[in-house]
Order: sequence, then C-alpha cells, then structure tokens
Amino acid sequence: MRHSYIDQYSGLDSIVARLDPRIKIITFLSLIIFTVVTPASSRQEFCLQGLLAFAILSVSRMPASFIFKKSLVVIPFVVAVSIFNLIAGRQTIGAFSAIFAKSVLSVVYLILLVATTRFPDLMKAFERLKCPRLIITILSFMYRYVFVIEDELMTMQVAKESRSFGGPALFHVKVFSNILASLFIRSYEHAEEVYLAMCARGFDGNIRTLSEFKLRAADGVFLFAVSLIMLFIRVAGAIR
Amino acid sequence: MTEKIIEIKGLHYSYPDGVAALRAIDLDVFEGESIGVIGPNGAGKSTLLLHLNGILRGEGDVRVFGLEMRDENLKKIRSKIGLVFQDPESQLFMPTVFDDVAFGPINMEMPQAKVGEQVAKALREVDMTGSEKRAAHHMSFGEKKRVSIATVLSMEPRVLVFDEPTGNLDPKHRRSLINLLKRLKPTKVIATHDLDMVAEACSRVILLDKGEIAASGNTADILKDKRLLEAHSLELPPSFIK
Repeated sequence: MRHSYIDQYSGLDSIVARLDPRIKIITFLSLIIFTVVTPASSRQEFCLQGLLAFAILSVSRMPASFIFKKSLVVIPFVVAVSIFNLIAGRQTIGAFSAIFAKSVLSVVYLILLVATTRFPDLMKAFERLKCPRLIITILSFMYRYVFVIEDELMTMQVAKESRSFGGPALFHVKVFSNILASLFIRSYEHAEEVYLAMCARGFDGNIRTLSEFKLRAADGVFLFAVSLIMLFIRVAGAIR
Repeated sequence: MTEKIIEIKGLHYSYPDGVAALRAIDLDVFEGESIGVIGPNGAGKSTLLLHLNGILRGEGDVRVFGLEMRDENLKKIRSKIGLVFQDPESQLFMPTVFDDVAFGPINMEMPQAKVGEQVAKALREVDMTGSEKRAAHHMSFGEKKRVSIATVLSMEPRVLVFDEPTGNLDPKHRRSLINLLKRLKPTKVIATHDLDMVAEACSRVILLDKGEIAASGNTADILKDKRLLEAHSLELPPSFIK
C-alpha cells in the first residue's frame, strides 16, 4: 500500500541534505531560537531572516509548495489564536505580525530540518546529541510501525466496506469504534511479538546502534556561515 | 557420531489461561541436522520453537549445547540459536536494514568493525547486498523475509530456527527461499505447513498434534504415510502423489 513519508525529500542531493545531521539539528534549532527571541518591533530583522530562510530553502532544492503544504498543519492554529487575541484587544497589529513571522519562519526551519534528513539519521543524531534514549526509542518504533498499523486499519476498513450496505449512521460509528478497539488489541499483540523477537537477538533493555556520522569541513563552514549571518542580522537590527 | 546440541526431556507448557500447549515432549537435535516440525494449526509448533532459546519456559528439561535453560545462560544460548519469526514485521523492528542486521551482533558485544563485516556477510548470503540504508516499510514481503534471515545470520548462530519461512510467499520467492534454506550450513529446525518444502529441505520430521509428538522419523517415511498425515489434519504433499 502507498504511504506518504515525512522524509520523502531526504534523497535530494543538496548542500542541506548532505550536511551531517547533528550539525543540521544544531543549526536549525539555533535559527529557531534566534527567530523566537527577535524583538517583536524589529521588522527589518524579520525581513532579513525571511531572506535567510529563502536562501536556505533555495540551496536545499526543496519545492516551496511542499513546505507550504506541510506548514498548513501548524500555521492556521497560530493565525487563529493571534486573530482571537487581536479581536480581544490583547494584541497590537505589530505584535500580531511578529507572531505570524516568527511562527512561519520556525515552521519553515523545522520542515527543512525534518524533510531533508532521513528519519533514522535524524533519530540517531538526536541520540548522539544526548537526547533521552527513551524518547528516541519511542519515536523510532512509532516511525517503524505507524505504516504497519495504517496498513492493518486500511485492510479492516476494506473488509468493513465490503460487507456493509447502507444502514443507519450510528451503526457505522459503532462498527468503526469496534475496528479501533481491535486495532488496539492487534497493536498490543504485535508489540509483544516484537519484544520477543528483540529478546531472541540478545536485547537487554538498551537499544544500541553504530555511529555512522563523520564531520566534514563543509559542515563547519555551513554552521559558521549561518551563525555569521545571524550575528549580522542581530547587529543590523540593533543599530537601526 | 555427531554432537547432540539440543536435548528436550518431558517438556510441558500451558498458556496462562490454562490451555496445555505442549505435553511430554522429548526431542534431541544433532549437529548438522535439518528438522521439519509439522502439524495442524494450534498443534504447538511455534510454542515449541519459542522454548529452544528460552523465550518461553515450561516444565521439563531443555538443554542447549549442554547449557541448562536458566537466566544466566540465556545470553549464551540466544547467541547460538537464531530464531526467525513468521511475521517479518516483528523480526524487523529497527528503522533501517543495517541497524536491524547489526542488532544481534551489537548485543553480542562484537567490535564495531566486526559488526560491519557481519552485516555485509549476512546480507550477501541472502542476496540483499546494497539494502543497508533501506527501511523495512519500503521493501516487498519477499525482501523482508530475506532480511529477517540475515538478522540472525549476522550472529553466526549454530542453529537456525524458522517459523513458517515460506508462509505468504509467491511461488518464485518461495522457491528462492527454499534454495536459500538448503544452502545455509547451520543446523535447522523449521516449523511449517509446507510439506513439499520439508521434503526438499529436511532430513527428519517431527509431527506435532495437540501439543504431543504424534510421529517422528525419516522425512520420506512420514510424508508418504497418507493415513498418518490425514489423521492429523494434513495431506500428502503434491510431490508424493503418484
């Protein structure tokens, strides 16, 4: 069955995709922090940051339409909350634009980070950067099994559709809740079997993987260049 | 005389709900043998396999390479017995093929360079070289089955234990998997309904029914016994019908 993958552009050959995932995480998280702490009144800084984001987007060779589609998951919520605050009189137009700019920039950086890095590499990089192992393990299993569970759900839905002809809407709701319950039980049983398979191969409570990352000069140059640009933007904003 | 590597005496096992799954099982496995474990659904085949590396522990005596099935011996036993589960989705739980095949060797505390070598060697044996960076959900069922086998081959086990290795495979992939099984050197214990595969790949057969060994012996003798097979919800394999 077909699935959409969050890292579908990780195979693109670009400067950003080739970066060491650890450097990529450090760079993009720094960019996000930098954006978030920018003073709300500094419009010039937001414009320059927008140019920086556009430049990174260009060298990443990611289609802007993909970033736009993915950002729709978050942006509408931010806009809705900001508009509510604006109507309630708790915010000025300036603050509203700053929140909007900060959220758009942060989301773009986050999507660039996630979409240009293979998910397993992203997890390994977070692990090497000392992110708690339990969180990494949970996320890795989720990524591995979300497609398996999705397949099971689709199969059950097809089986249901094949045998249901009309009937009241309430009946369909009931059937769907039964499907969800049996999906939960199947997932639970699946987890048990996965655990047995892990034990059979010597699992002792810790998942260990080999480190395959190697820092290159290009990684250092990228981090240095972005830091320098961030510094320039801050200085430009301060002497305005 | 070849070495006796697995020794089971009077094994009983009941599931937590009280249903008896195995009763009075006596079984010896010798080095280099290839044993087919056959029987109807619910006969206890998978349950028996799970006793070979201590995942399940019933009453009775199970010894592997002379080691008693006890907590302190489990690590050693599991490095010698490679168990391949029926469902590759359970066998392949890591994000990439490399991590999955390296999982066992890393847990066995092999040095880093050796782990890489073992992964490359295991993938070569199952004709999956070059798939190291692939994710299981991007592979076909046949490929997943092959990589599942590589995940235990990388540990260089002395015994390979398979649960329904040819289940759900199309004829072409089934054939290539049988050829692979025949090629693999270690001692093999294969639980299956695929009696034609047993005829090709196994030298000895254990027929399980209702948790008991109903018959055991030379593959040809068991598989051509129509009355015996039918009495245990099996049928003569097509290759034995004249």
